[in-house]
Amino acid sequence: MTTFAVGSLIVLGLLALLLGTALALASRVFQVDVDPRIEQVEELLPGANCGACGLAGCATAAERMVTGDVSPHICPVCSEEARAEISRLLGIAVEEREPAVARMLCGGGMGCKTNKDYRGVDDCRAAVLVHGGPKACDYACLGLGSCVDACPFEALFMGSDGLPHVIEERCTGCGVCERVCPTNVIKVMPKSRLIWVKCQSHDRGKVVNKICQTGCIACRKCEKEWPSDAIYGVNNLAVIDYEKCDLCGKCAEVCPRNTIVDLRAAARPAAKEKQPAGAGSDNS
Amino acid sequence: MSVELIVQIAILNLFVQNFVVARFLGLCPFIGQSDDKSKAIGMGIAVTFVMTMASFVTYLVYVYVLVPNSAFLTAIPFLRPIADDGLVEVLRTASYILVIASLVQFVEMFLRRYVPALYRAMGIYLALITTNCAVMGGALLNTSGDTPSEIGLVGAVLQGFFAGLGFTMVMLLMAGIRERLRHLNLPRCMQGAPIAFLCTGLMSLAFLGFAGMAG
Repeated sequence: MTTFAVGSLIVLGLLALLLGTALALASRVFQVDVDPRIEQVEELLPGANCGACGLAGCATAAERMVTGDVSPHICPVCSEEARAEISRLLGIAVEEREPAVARMLCGGGMGCKTNKDYRGVDDCRAAVLVHGGPKACDYACLGLGSCVDACPFEALFMGSDGLPHVIEERCTGCGVCERVCPTNVIKVMPKSRLIWVKCQSHDRGKVVNKICQTGCIACRKCEKEWPSDAIYGVNNLAVIDYEKCDLCGKCAEVCPRNTIVDLRAAARPAAKEKQPAGAGSDNS
Repeated sequence: MSVELIVQIAILNLFVQNFVVARFLGLCPFIGQSDDKSKAIGMGIAVTFVMTMASFVTYLVYVYVLVPNSAFLTAIPFLRPIADDGLVEVLRTASYILVIASLVQFVEMFLRRYVPALYRAMGIYLALITTNCAVMGGALLNTSGDTPSEIGLVGAVLQGFFAGLGFTMVMLLMAGIRERLRHLNLPRCMQGAPIAFLCTGLMSLAFLGFAGMAG
């Protein structure tokens, strides 16, 4: 019995020694010289492989950054510090860049009427193929949550109002949701834009009023309030010119349907009481 | 080796004794990697490749080291007393693990140096296969029971190759099913692995129909 145990140990040991030596030799023979910076850069990248840069994952991005094919700034996701560190590693000048975040451009949700009964695959991209989806509004969020499924950072969730909501702390502005959305109602914009128009409908006010509780009815109240054309109506929709806008928030205050979102106002308790549907009657 | 035998080995390993749905080996990579067709193909090719190589190497280890009165055991004087009994029962599993792990490492190094494109395509799957039970099971089945002496080295390699192909085939079938399953409104408790296991069970029943062909 002992001979067996010792014998098998010896055989296994010899086998292991043989294979180990072979592997050690092989690792010498087959050695590949890799730029150590690639690994360092890869560590600094987020590692989510979201594809926002257009390359096949963070490893490829790191490789291409080191070889100088692409700038470190193609990664919209990584933090300012990480980007600065990568630039320093590669000896490139650091560029400042405004952090971006995804934002909804549709406030319809449950308040937007449906005029078709869609019973297909539970995905916006499939639904939009069938007569533009179940919503009465051609510009509306379909509310089936393709963006929520696509988000690599779990920064989106489906609210009870039938709309996806962005958790801004988690959102990195990678733009995956923007590319997935078939109706383009979610868009990446600079984080400092605290005011935006939460509607994309070019329908006439009468039509919008009939099918949606929050859509822009082109009443031009905001335009009248702010005559320096920082906000103006084009094709039945209010548009903010961010070159001129100084984020005063007046347009959001006068908007009768709460179409214009002001994040600072939303944080104030008083502004929350304003009902979106309440002031729907006083329009053009 | 006759053509008849080759066809027999192919049919046996592809359908009748398919590694995943008839022998229930390699279920971990099967469930883990079958949610996407391209992933399934990558994994399948890597498994086929490693299984073929592993069958070759482990058969050599079996014949020249483990069997009673093998060349290795008789060559070393100290081991003479145990040469008559051989080490098949004692060391088969342990030595195969060692050999397969080293082999995969070696192949990985080789590919990285000379075929970087293939290395990148196989990616992490190659390393994962080191501990794949389908590979291990294939090697063990090749050298157990009454088969080893009959099929010989070529037979063992063919067996490994077709077993790998069978794995790839079932992987692809499953990936096709799961890509459709994704668009289904399933209860939360059934999403992902549970429904995949149910499908595997049903597929396994279907493959049971081939059992009569074993001949």
